[in-house]
Amino acid sequence: MLSQSAPKFSSTGTQATRIVGALTIIVMTWVLISGLVLTPADVVQGESVRIMYVHVPSAWVAYLAFIVTAIASAFYIFAKRHSLGFDRVAGASAEVGVMFMVITLVTGSLWGRLTWGEFWQWDPRLTTTAFLLVTYVGYLAVRRLDGSVEQRARRSAVIALLAVLEIPLVHFSVVFWRSLHQRATILDPNGDVKMDGLMLFTLFSGVVGFTLVFVWLILHRQRTMLLSDLANQSGLDAAILARQNESVSI
Amino acid sequence: MTVEKVLEFSDVVIVYDNFPAVAGATFSVNAGEIVLLQGANGAGKTTLLRACAGLLPIARGSANVLGCDLRLDRLAVRSRVGLLGHANGLFQDLTVLENMLFWSRLVGATRNDVDQAMDAMGLSGRLSETQVAKLSAGQRRRCALASLIVRRAQLWLLDEPHAGLDAQGRDELDRTLRAARDAGATVIFASHEIERASALATRSLIVTSGTVKQA
Amino acid sequence: MKKTAIKTAKRRVASAVFIKDLRIEARSRVVTNQVLPFAGLIMVMFAFALDNDDVLQRVAGGLIWLATIFSLFIIVQRSFAIDTSDSALDSLRVAGIDLSAVFFGKAVALTLQLIALDVVLIGAAFLLYQIQVSALGVVLLVTCVVCATTGLGFVGTLYGGLTAGTNGRETLLPLLLLPVVAPVLIAATRATEAALGSSGAEISEGWAWVGLLTIFAAVFGVGGSLAFGPLIDE
Repeated sequence: MLSQSAPKFSSTGTQATRIVGALTIIVMTWVLISGLVLTPADVVQGESVRIMYVHVPSAWVAYLAFIVTAIASAFYIFAKRHSLGFDRVAGASAEVGVMFMVITLVTGSLWGRLTWGEFWQWDPRLTTTAFLLVTYVGYLAVRRLDGSVEQRARRSAVIALLAVLEIPLVHFSVVFWRSLHQRATILDPNGDVKMDGLMLFTLFSGVVGFTLVFVWLILHRQRTMLLSDLANQSGLDAAILARQNESVSI
Repeated sequence: MTVEKVLEFSDVVIVYDNFPAVAGATFSVNAGEIVLLQGANGAGKTTLLRACAGLLPIARGSANVLGCDLRLDRLAVRSRVGLLGHANGLFQDLTVLENMLFWSRLVGATRNDVDQAMDAMGLSGRLSETQVAKLSAGQRRRCALASLIVRRAQLWLLDEPHAGLDAQGRDELDRTLRAARDAGATVIFASHEIERASALATRSLIVTSGTVKQA
Repeated sequence: MKKTAIKTAKRRVASAVFIKDLRIEARSRVVTNQVLPFAGLIMVMFAFALDNDDVLQRVAGGLIWLATIFSLFIIVQRSFAIDTSDSALDSLRVAGIDLSAVFFGKAVALTLQLIALDVVLIGAAFLLYQIQVSALGVVLLVTCVVCATTGLGFVGTLYGGLTAGTNGRETLLPLLLLPVVAPVLIAATRATEAALGSSGAEISEGWAWVGLLTIFAAVFGVGGSLAFGPLIDE
């Protein structure tokens, strides 16, 4: 069961989150200024290229979240101690990942509309991201099934590891599928962008900044999960006492 | 002559749906006993029986059944235990014999074992070819008990086994449990029928609100 | 010596579960009398919706596999309803047997039912959509059906076991299963189109897709047998 004692403060902030938070604000401010104002517009796409500074880092974080969930789930299942901390990180990462996947798909869709006139393309990356999203919505639904904390951890860890098998299969089948169609289906909106040095750096900063946001959110979220589980546990202590008193008074 | 302890629970807490169905149970059972668990509905009898079968995780305390530590590895205890819950665990569309053959094949029992078990529960002959869906409640219970016999479990866990049986059925059940005990098994059963059950049991335990006391 | 004993036990359990599932279906005829007609009806409904002989002939491959997947949910839920209706699943857990053997037994039984389903669907497509097939195409088609249904059998049994007996299983099962079976839908449809010669596909391309189906079946055969036990346990 849970062996950690409850944190003394009621907030989930620690020095780590404060440092990460400060760095995030700095980097994201830079990305904002650079992305909106400092970098030049693209020759072909014009101002709409600026969506790239949100879309590409979001996609990166979405896949990072997926990998983190998978690794944490693997640690939970295969480590001898089956520590619930891994399960919490996996769950937190999935929640944040779903959010960034939605952002990726929405920004990608808008970008496609602005540059190519279409909201959706069946290109393998976009399609696989959509499947990843649905897979993770399913994962979160499995986490909400009735059961003990250990059951939840075990079930969702297995589902996450199955997703690691399934997503590449989905990706490859979509890649082969789209390769059948001869017209240029890799309508990669940023494929046409000639990267000016500053644009590249801003993009890179965006990736760093979004990753910091991801880390910050995970730190807080897995702590709120821990607090919630601890609250259940102390609720359990009270419930056990109450139940024992029931039997005494009978 | 040392008496072997088949089960030893110490301050066991079992949580089901965030509720401590068992809130600190301490008791032990020796080999060859027939133990009755008495208690009102919601007292935790069913949860205790299911935990003994290795189906539920133990949240706190220590629990040893047939030499297996339920906190470390509750899967190991399952093959040595037989559980009969409120439902019968039968397949409605199959006949009695087909059900028996299925359960016996799972555990590697022989056709002879199956015939013996069915004889013991009065299920041979015409009944064996009848679909379970067409049987009465009492007959289904007997079929479930027969599948328990064929499993040759060392520990029998029964949840209200007399329920739904007529007088003849109950006598047969008592005979079966005594026969199982004589063959070396230990029996723990929960029942509401105190008088009848007390006659059968060698010992009684009272379950109240998740705790266990000697009767 | 002990290893062969374990292997025999596994085979015994798997075959017992397999026989049990098929015997129950033979006795109750739920799939034969309800699901197969339902699937046939879906094929008719497609014709109503698409209302164009050329289009139907071209997309026949996709329609067959779409109908298969929709029927899959029903068949999987039925497969586990048998076990949960009288808490037989609990008894299976307590029996202390190797649950991966139960997985294989159920998966193979499910696969056979899916093959029967596909025979009906392909027959319906021949009748309703006027498709044709060459001798070589038949070989490809049969192989495609076997490989695809095996993969679906594994995946269906795995996720069906997870959702068995839970609240909201009717909606959770499709949500979990659809992303997973997407590769099967894509690959099986392309292979079927190759076999039928529709959409300008060549038979040789079809074999590449069958390769993908085989990989899928292998991955979920192995993954499923490992994951099934932990998933259905309490």
